[in-house]
Amino acid sequence: MSNVSRRKFLAGGLAGGAAVMLAPAKKALAAGSFTGFPDGMGVLVDLTRCVGCRSCEAACNKEQNLPAPELPFDDLSVFDQTFHHGTQKRRPTEDAYTVVNRYEPENLDKPVYRKIQCNHCNEPSCLTSCFVNAYTKTPEGAVIYNSKVCVGCRTCMVACPFHIPAYSYSKVLDPIVKKCIFCYDSRVKHGKPPACVEICPAQALTFGKRKDLLKIAKMRIKKAPDKYQPEIYGENQVGGTGWLYLSEAPFEQVGFDTTLQKEPIIDNVKGFLGMVPMVLAIWPALFTGFHLLATKHKDHGHDDSHVEEEEQ
Amino acid sequence: MFVASSLNLRGVFLLLISLLLAVNSYAMDAPETVQINALANYYEPVEFDHQLHVDVSGDCSVCHHHTTGTGTTDLYCSKCHGQFEEMVTVSCADCHSAEPFSAESIHRQSQQDLFHVDMNGLMGAYHQNCLGCHQEMDGPTGCQECHARTEAGDKLYHSGEFAPKAPESAASH
Repeated sequence: MSNVSRRKFLAGGLAGGAAVMLAPAKKALAAGSFTGFPDGMGVLVDLTRCVGCRSCEAACNKEQNLPAPELPFDDLSVFDQTFHHGTQKRRPTEDAYTVVNRYEPENLDKPVYRKIQCNHCNEPSCLTSCFVNAYTKTPEGAVIYNSKVCVGCRTCMVACPFHIPAYSYSKVLDPIVKKCIFCYDSRVKHGKPPACVEICPAQALTFGKRKDLLKIAKMRIKKAPDKYQPEIYGENQVGGTGWLYLSEAPFEQVGFDTTLQKEPIIDNVKGFLGMVPMVLAIWPALFTGFHLLATKHKDHGHDDSHVEEEEQ
Repeated sequence: MFVASSLNLRGVFLLLISLLLAVNSYAMDAPETVQINALANYYEPVEFDHQLHVDVSGDCSVCHHHTTGTGTTDLYCSKCHGQFEEMVTVSCADCHSAEPFSAESIHRQSQQDLFHVDMNGLMGAYHQNCLGCHQEMDGPTGCQECHARTEAGDKLYHSGEFAPKAPESAASH
């Protein structure tokens, strides 16, 4: 009697485990096909228009209530700053969510200025790498961050293909990850452009729906094919980004990583992640079954009765 | 010749009016104009010498596209705007919106049947047109060479009297 019920229990456990496995595995595979919200907003950055005035940095500083800069925002000597023995130009920090860098490409007679900030990916690797779900991709296109649930593991900083999230190392207590949030709380949520876009005097930054910006960018390339590289950086990189770039110089000459994959970063580990629920659900039942099969001839019921006999 | 000079005078008049209106309308409009207001706060209005620019360019369409009835210099535009016909208005602000990213303007970008979906805002049009030409013609290109920064501007840029007290030469990272 007790043997039969145990077998039934094990069989039921296996079937249940298989059912549990299939559902989440399917969901995990489907997640890779997400290509952004249909009406997600973005910004088209036209490097041919940027004059390197750094107004966007000043506007960002004010909008996000960031600390006062070391140098005034009209001090252009920052373009000469390099770090790590001259191998690296300025990067966004906890005190500056966006920075402009100057490049001198080979075949251009004038410098190129490039603004960097969070590119607000369609399928952000910071978000998919975060195990406490501190990140959210909003329907408006912004990738925002909830410091209240962050445990400070900084996996997002490693995961970001653009090296954007910064960490408030300066804070001893409760340090948090800091990055551009597309002015989500104060502006984009209410349909207003981010502060950097609004202040840009040359309209090097164009705010709009990502799908419209792609159309506009293609029109600009078509209208002036000699002036632009025939590519929109961000259209296809790592699954597409909300911020898109047009350039006259080849993208690799103005600081862009042109070796990035087309697929979202999560695609690299999707197969493995699909297996996790299966392992968790099936393995305990499966190996318990193996164990019981392997120990079939050492019948517990018999042992028990033997003990009982001895006791009697 | 008379026609040309009267056109010029009219151009000057219209431009001055439009510049005044452009500055004023920022303040007069609905709450959404706050941004432009803030911008007007950062720099003083430009003292634009229109006659000088007429003399230098010699062709209204260099700045005014096809609107002044002098034809257009751009072959791309001449496909539709080839006729020598003066438009009702020639002011920059009448076509180039002071709020290029308002909800209305964003909606405009989505319109499939609209040719000019990629039209610059007023500030973008001014700066691209002025600065682009100034770079080619060796005109002034510094921000404050055309418009002086206000106190609010100094505050925003942390410059002037709002400059950081002990500016360090950035060496460490």
